[in-house]
Amino acid sequence: MAKSEIKKDIFWVGAVDWNVRNFHGHTYSTSRGTTYNSYLILDEKIALVDTVYGPFAQEMIRRIKEVIDPAKIDYIVVNHVETDHSGALPEILKLCPKARLMGTAKCREGLEKHYYGKWDFQTVKTGDKLNLGKKTLSFIEAPMVHWPDSMFTYCPQEKLLLPNDAFGQHYATAERFDDEVDNAVLMEEATKYYANILWPLGSIILGKIGEVQKMNIPIDMIAPSHGIIWRRDPAEIINAYLSWAKNQTVPKAVIVYETMWGATAKMAERIAQGISDSNIQVKLFDIVVSDRTEIIKEMLNAKGFVIGSSTHDNDMLPTIAAFLEFLKGSKPRERLACAFGSYGWAGGATKEIEGIMKEAGIELAQAGIGVKYTPSEEELNLCYEFGKEFAGKILQEKLSA
Amino acid sequence: MNKYRCTVCGYVYDPAAGDPTQGVKPGTAFENLPDTWVCPECGVGKDMFEKM
Repeated sequence: MAKSEIKKDIFWVGAVDWNVRNFHGHTYSTSRGTTYNSYLILDEKIALVDTVYGPFAQEMIRRIKEVIDPAKIDYIVVNHVETDHSGALPEILKLCPKARLMGTAKCREGLEKHYYGKWDFQTVKTGDKLNLGKKTLSFIEAPMVHWPDSMFTYCPQEKLLLPNDAFGQHYATAERFDDEVDNAVLMEEATKYYANILWPLGSIILGKIGEVQKMNIPIDMIAPSHGIIWRRDPAEIINAYLSWAKNQTVPKAVIVYETMWGATAKMAERIAQGISDSNIQVKLFDIVVSDRTEIIKEMLNAKGFVIGSSTHDNDMLPTIAAFLEFLKGSKPRERLACAFGSYGWAGGATKEIEGIMKEAGIELAQAGIGVKYTPSEEELNLCYEFGKEFAGKILQEKLSA
Repeated sequence: MNKYRCTVCGYVYDPAAGDPTQGVKPGTAFENLPDTWVCPECGVGKDMFEKM
């Protein structure tokens, strides 16, 4: 079998974007690049499942040509309308003008609003099947995993699930399978992907995984639209998704702060010491020099969030404010939080942080701590005790869970 | 009759307006929507809605 043949007569014909460092505009830092995965299925009828980001159309077309003449493609399954998977459609359709597109009703609407083309499109629903000859493709609508148009495609003969963005990772590699790469790196990227893209959709994901499990369909390979294909033990990534979707956490605190002249940083470090001395895992980030994508990944399994800012114009500083807006959109559930910061006169940052935490549905575990100007040694000891108190709350939650 | 909000995308079901995209007549209470009804914006089911 050719290296790109992931199952008998099923080929990976995607593209590797080694150098992309920011994704979705600047909402996701892809420090390890990404791939756009497209799959070509050969049978009496030939189907292409998903395409790639527009600028990579020629790379996909070259890979298709290594297998067949693109003119022979009968169907293009569009699991997801987002441009990193549909962007190459206009180019590939020039080479296979008879190909019929298949997708959900929302996909049809979405494609029209992206490309304004007159394309042959067949709307499919959950349970619909496409017979290719020996193989069939069946479709499972998956609205809001992660867009309204999202859909999974399943090939029962090959026990292969093609869930598009679900179970993906932004991870550029020459290898295609999980057993060919470092598992720790792979899981780190899968975690980062879930945290930054899917976190707010946990309840939908739980429902969808439950629905697929009830269908009782055997799955021995999950081939997502980004990154590595899962074949060693697909249950492992499914179980990880279930755990994240249920908001399961570990006794861990993530401290994120912004500081003007270093006073809030001093407080942060002493709070971290108090947490760590209570045998709770702690991570500390100065938001201004840190990668937001990385911080959100660390927060996914953390029970506690500790947010700090100096006061500026009676409010928190702008970079931490933007970070909290993003965090609010992630809709974290069953978390504990507290706030801290240095101020000069009236203060205000701590209150503002607490306000946005409440809005985000995050429980405030204890009153915030503020220090005027530069903290004295005595005040730093109070910060240490503040950290210990918060660690105690995390432990208490763990024991009662 | 209460309005209901989709907790996923924020769409508001207004019983006074119904949902013509799925053949739901104006004046239909949220409770009386069929179980097959989905959010017209994002496609999730009735269970994802909360009373406003």
